Amino acid sequence: MLRLEDVKMANGTFRLAADLTVPAGQKIAVIGPSGAGKSTLIETIAGFLPVFGGRILWGDTDLTKVGPGQRPLAILFQDGNLFPHLSVADNVGLGLRPDGRLNRHQRDAVARAIARVGLDGLETRAPAALSGGQQSRAALARVLVQARPLLLLDEPFAALGPALKDEMLDLVSELVRETGASLLMVSHDPKDARRITDQVVVVMQGQVFKPQPTGALLDNPPEALKAYLGGGNS
Amino acid sequence: MAARTQPLTRWPGSFAAILVGILVLACLAAVLLRAEGGRGLGPSDWAAVRFTLVQAGLSALISVALAVPVARALARRRFAGRGALITLLGAPFILPVIIAVLGLLQVFGRSGWISQGLGWLGLEPVQIYGLHGVVLAHVFFNLPLATRLILQAWQEIPAERFRLAASLGAGPRAMWQLLEWPMLRQVLPGALALVFAICLTSFTVALTLGGGPKATTIELAIYQAFRFDFDLGRAALLSILQIVLTATAGFMALRFSVPATFGGGLDRLVRRWDGHTRRARIGDTVVIVLALGFLALPLLAVVLSGLAGIGDLPLSVFRAALVSVGVSALSTVVLLGLAIPMAVTVSLSRGGMVEMAGLLGLAASPLVLGIGLFVILNPWTDPVALALAVTALVNAVMALPFALRILVPRARQVVAQHGRLGVSLGMAGRAFLWRVMIPGMRAQIGFSAGLGAALSMGDLGVVMLFADPDHATLPLQIYRLMGAYRMEQAQGAALLLLVLSVGVFWALDRGGRWHAEA
Repeated sequence: MLRLEDVKMANGTFRLAADLTVPAGQKIAVIGPSGAGKSTLIETIAGFLPVFGGRILWGDTDLTKVGPGQRPLAILFQDGNLFPHLSVADNVGLGLRPDGRLNRHQRDAVARAIARVGLDGLETRAPAALSGGQQSRAALARVLVQARPLLLLDEPFAALGPALKDEMLDLVSELVRETGASLLMVSHDPKDARRITDQVVVVMQGQVFKPQPTGALLDNPPEALKAYLGGGNS
Repeated sequence: MAARTQPLTRWPGSFAAILVGILVLACLAAVLLRAEGGRGLGPSDWAAVRFTLVQAGLSALISVALAVPVARALARRRFAGRGALITLLGAPFILPVIIAVLGLLQVFGRSGWISQGLGWLGLEPVQIYGLHGVVLAHVFFNLPLATRLILQAWQEIPAERFRLAASLGAGPRAMWQLLEWPMLRQVLPGALALVFAICLTSFTVALTLGGGPKATTIELAIYQAFRFDFDLGRAALLSILQIVLTATAGFMALRFSVPATFGGGLDRLVRRWDGHTRRARIGDTVVIVLALGFLALPLLAVVLSGLAGIGDLPLSVFRAALVSVGVSALSTVVLLGLAIPMAVTVSLSRGGMVEMAGLLGLAASPLVLGIGLFVILNPWTDPVALALAVTALVNAVMALPFALRILVPRARQVVAQHGRLGVSLGMAGRAFLWRVMIPGMRAQIGFSAGLGAALSMGDLGVVMLFADPDHATLPLQIYRLMGAYRMEQAQGAALLLLVLSVGVFWALDRGGRWHAEA
């Protein structure tokens, strides 16, 4: 369970406050207008931005001072999720050992993960020799071997076409169900939220609001969110 | 802070910067402390100061003045081999000075090609020694540099402006007033300052083509005071003058902030609608042919005469070549050992102090550092025994500003592109350095290693201060052969040095790019 206790965040001069609980196994979308602080929230949870008040807890463990690589989470960014000079297998292997010295069990795990996301046979390819969708799959294979109990997505599929994006979201949905991980996913598109999440966290006006059931919130959004969502969509 | 949000630590680069800072400042301090009045600076010393300023000023003016038409011709002409010619313009940077001097002697010397031609016409041979020889050699080295700087500025004029000017029917005069002169006014001061600063510390050229009371630079006077008069106090006093001049000129060159000219990008051709007149076309062709001849003929002379002499080189030349390869290798290792951590540190933050330390090499001249190291080492050990190590070290410090200029932009890019991913995967530290940072910077590391190795291979400077007969580097051995009037052997050895310098640059640069991706 992830808990943000009265956390005060900042990105430059921008300020954001959150008091939030993400139960284990929950799938949550983070939505809100551009510049409202969705990425600030994700990056603070991931440990890239400092906290100016409050605590971030994982169960009983205080994560506030823990480095990004040591937190119990995996993250996919908008872009640059693969190292271009390493093969698919090497990129996935980084999820197990940053120095890349894998033993046989670990190599097997990498092969299984690559097969699971449907990339078998492409282990030795460089990322540049993959399609956009295949690159996303490779990054997800790494998330799989990382086996962290929380997955953060900062719109990693934004550059993909609609059909491909849906395919990736379904894959994410399957993977978190298989591993029992919690998911926190930034999205611009309410359809994405409906597709795979149970709950929605709205980030707006410097505040992170409490999670609410996805369907109910999107069917009947509060006034301030209506303008952002646009009339009568989803 | 326990939490690491940066993929790498800063301290190795800070440590390297402190080492460089201490080394350079300690040398300067040692020189300051050791400088003593004695009989002060005599008239010959002031003559050296005057000559230094005059030759640097003339070299800068002539190089830049000639570079303007060459850059203009290259900017608006498209011809086969244009890219190769622009690459050739970068070559003098890694060309050992002693080789260029030999080549220039064969073309412009008393018994050179031009004098022979004049002889057939019944005219007197030209004289190369003295002020005009020194300036000639400096123009040979700096005309290409100035041309690249100006060409770059020329190509940075947006193509739309040329289109606009063409649509307004602007002729050559209007084109000049509207576009070219405003651009030149921006770039020329920087180019002048840079060439002036480079020529201030001229040593090898003055040593071989100048000399005598009338044509001695400060750098050469330091060497003579130290080596012939055994007057360390006066050498130190001259060093202070040199520091003041180089630091001032270096500061000036930095202020006018000349853009970096390393790397490619110059073979782009802006589409232009001017210069189609017959006169412009012929003029540009003549300019390009003359510039090509001026740059290529001396090199051709080195190769031709070298082929004749390389057959019977004495063993001493090969021994010296081996020494040079060793010095160059050591210098390159030191250079990379300093430059890579410093580039990493600069890329993680603004890194002001570290960047400053990297530039310190520009404030001191090689011989000033050499004298400083002699003063520091002398009480403890025999500096002559350390001559080669000292040479390698000074070469590395002098190459450091160039290496940083190549490495830092790429280091910034790698950190920006991959830093967060590396940190999120727990790669911060060693794993990120070896698996991401170094592979990502491979091409730039290879390029700067190539530059450093070639510069060190061809350097004739500090080694002259300390060298004994048994420990010559190849450039020094060539100089000795020239001094003994064994020109054929000197020319053969020069070809060997040319092959080594170009070869080591090519191999390292190429090695960095081999199989490099993204």
